[in-house]
Amino acid sequence: MNSKILMPALSPTMKEGKLAKWLKKEGDKINPGDVIAEIETDKATMEVEAADKGILSKLLVAEGADNVKVNEEIAILITEESSNNNKKNVKAEKDIIKNKLSINDNKKLDNEDNNQQKNINTSEKHLIKDKEISSYKDLEKISVREAINSAIREEMKSDKSVFLIGEEVGEYQGAYKVSAGLLKEFGKDRIIDTPISEEGFTGLAIGAAFNGLKPIVEYMTFNFSMQAIDQIVNTASKTHYMSGGQINVPIVFRGPNGAASQVAAQHSQDFTSWYAHCPGLKVLSPSNAADAKGLLKSAIRDPNPVIFLENEILYNYESNVPKDKDFLIPIGKAKKIKEGNDVTIISYSLCVNICLEASLILEKEGIKCDLIDLRTIRPIDKETIINSVKKTNRAVLIEESWPFCGVNSEISSIIMENAFDYLDSPVLRINSKDVPMPYALNLEKECLPKKEDIIEAVKKVCYKD
Amino acid sequence: MTPKLVKKDYLKMYKTMLTIRRFEERAAQLYGRGLIGGFCHLYIGQEAVVVGILMTIDQKDTVVTTYRDHGHMIARGLEPKKIMAELTGRIDGYSKGKGGSMHMFSKSKSFYGGHGIVGAQAPVGTGIALAHKYKKDKQICRTYIGDGAMNNGQVFESFNMASIWKLPVLYIIENNQYGMGTSVSKVAAGSDLYKRGEPFGIPGTKVDGMDVLKVREASYKATKYVRSGKGPYILEMQTYRFKGHSMSDPAQYRTKKELENYKSKDPIEKLKKIIIKKKILQLKEIEKIDDSIFSEIKEAAEFAENSPKPSINDLYNDVYA
Repeated sequence: MNSKILMPALSPTMKEGKLAKWLKKEGDKINPGDVIAEIETDKATMEVEAADKGILSKLLVAEGADNVKVNEEIAILITEESSNNNKKNVKAEKDIIKNKLSINDNKKLDNEDNNQQKNINTSEKHLIKDKEISSYKDLEKISVREAINSAIREEMKSDKSVFLIGEEVGEYQGAYKVSAGLLKEFGKDRIIDTPISEEGFTGLAIGAAFNGLKPIVEYMTFNFSMQAIDQIVNTASKTHYMSGGQINVPIVFRGPNGAASQVAAQHSQDFTSWYAHCPGLKVLSPSNAADAKGLLKSAIRDPNPVIFLENEILYNYESNVPKDKDFLIPIGKAKKIKEGNDVTIISYSLCVNICLEASLILEKEGIKCDLIDLRTIRPIDKETIINSVKKTNRAVLIEESWPFCGVNSEISSIIMENAFDYLDSPVLRINSKDVPMPYALNLEKECLPKKEDIIEAVKKVCYKD
Repeated sequence: MTPKLVKKDYLKMYKTMLTIRRFEERAAQLYGRGLIGGFCHLYIGQEAVVVGILMTIDQKDTVVTTYRDHGHMIARGLEPKKIMAELTGRIDGYSKGKGGSMHMFSKSKSFYGGHGIVGAQAPVGTGIALAHKYKKDKQICRTYIGDGAMNNGQVFESFNMASIWKLPVLYIIENNQYGMGTSVSKVAAGSDLYKRGEPFGIPGTKVDGMDVLKVREASYKATKYVRSGKGPYILEMQTYRFKGHSMSDPAQYRTKKELENYKSKDPIEKLKKIIIKKKILQLKEIEKIDDSIFSEIKEAAEFAENSPKPSINDLYNDVYA
């Protein structure tokens, strides 16, 4: 009997990783619990332990191999009782061949899973020319994760009053590796690891902002900011007003927001509308690396409290980002991703990418979409929204969170109040389903906005369904 | 050793305590006339706490406190007339009429409020102290906490962080025996609140908060400890408010006898007796001071009554910096 050792998924969102090191060689005896390899994910380097007993007969992936897909076969283990049996060994060889075939099948599946990413990358040529970026000569292709890291690093270098505080931001390098390398560069006085005390360290950071510093507060995820929401809403957002303009609170609250992958109800929710509800706060949520960097730098330099909503799935998305240290994206400005006259599509964060996919499919069917990435949710760019709707006379809104009192509801109102006479069809909105996020993969997929939903809604407002 | 008090120190303590008393009495009167609205929490009876602390404060040190803040602002050297104008919701108030009794600030006097949410000022004060340490400016932050907040989780989160990072913060618990209408003994497991820093390695002292000289002495020692970089310190002031929790509270949860007992320990009367006994001032001179403070507060009230209301055009200003 042989058993295959597969590339393990070491986090909910991991799709591939690097086989950093083999700690066992072919022919080695293996016992359950033995560490056989080290795997590097985008978040951490982790050890892989054997689950079965036997002899490591073949290593199928070379040490140092990058982009090894989850579930790809990385080694063959021959169980001891059968290793001396020639007949069985022959069978084992056959199994290996069979397995390799099935690996290819797996790869096919993986490719399907990655279609979304590929579509986005291949669709770049369909986009309108990005004036914000094209004026910069020096560009680098980096991930959203690297863009955020670089924004923090640059602002900390240029302003000594900027510091980062949160759980696991220092020695651990950030729960999602966003703060990798910062502790080494800036030291523990400016990269502050906190106890698990969200309300406490949020209030503490606000106090530091009162007294002249510019804190960046990282929440491991925005789900945990619920522990601290009193300090954000009652202290940070109101003190400037309540003090008659004497005390401003220059602070950024940032971290991943929204659903990741099968982390269920308490860890999968989009808090954009919660925070966007409050005067005194600014709320940003980028969909790509360039916006992530430019907006975060603007947020750190802003004299007000800013909620900066990242997305775990987006952390790995790459795009071109200017290297210029003063590359800023203005707060309060939406961005037109695609130009079209038939329908306006409005979204933000991860959903923008789904909208883009949908709009490319619709284009083939002759429907041209005006796709708006809000980027800033408060203060919202009413002008861009209204002008687009006046042009297209139709609007479809996409938001990852629940429908009731959401961002979509607000935009719908804005359109109704400002462009009612221009509408040829009721505004449609697509939200996640109105339930706590379920764990099961099929149910989770059903909950979240899909490109099919967008296509259907667009056809409906265009009366082409 | 606590430095010896001289005549001007006694005068400063007496004048400040009496100014707070007269201010609060006048505020109660304006409230009754409908000139002050909403919540209004008076400091009458607790004056020795903030004034004893005042005697050891450095002008650049920072202060943050609860919603019972009028006395704290007066002790910080802020003008009674502008505090009163905030209470009446007028343009000359410290927050231009937008904060009210509970939300007042003065950046120039390092007074960071005035917080309306019980316990919320504890981490804020701890963070103000973090900024002192970060900037290495040698200042410390005095963070006042009511006895009610001592059962609030974020206070302990603050104690923990202040201790692990050795932050220059002096926590002053104003234990006036009641969180609104609920007595400390009913809701606090182990009523020695000053010991609640012990698990975090924070030393604490219980102080007779009805005696301004004892408060000053304890504050001197605690301040020295915190300023030397050893980390936080807790002072629990045993005090008592002579009035209800807020203007609308008839305070029926306590006995008349209890109130009379505390009133017999009135911190202002107590200091007055010492001043006379030590022949620092004669009764006549004290009466002169009393008259002048009475007039000052009366004028403050007139100022607050006559100050213009904020312009409607100002409604949207100061939401963002």
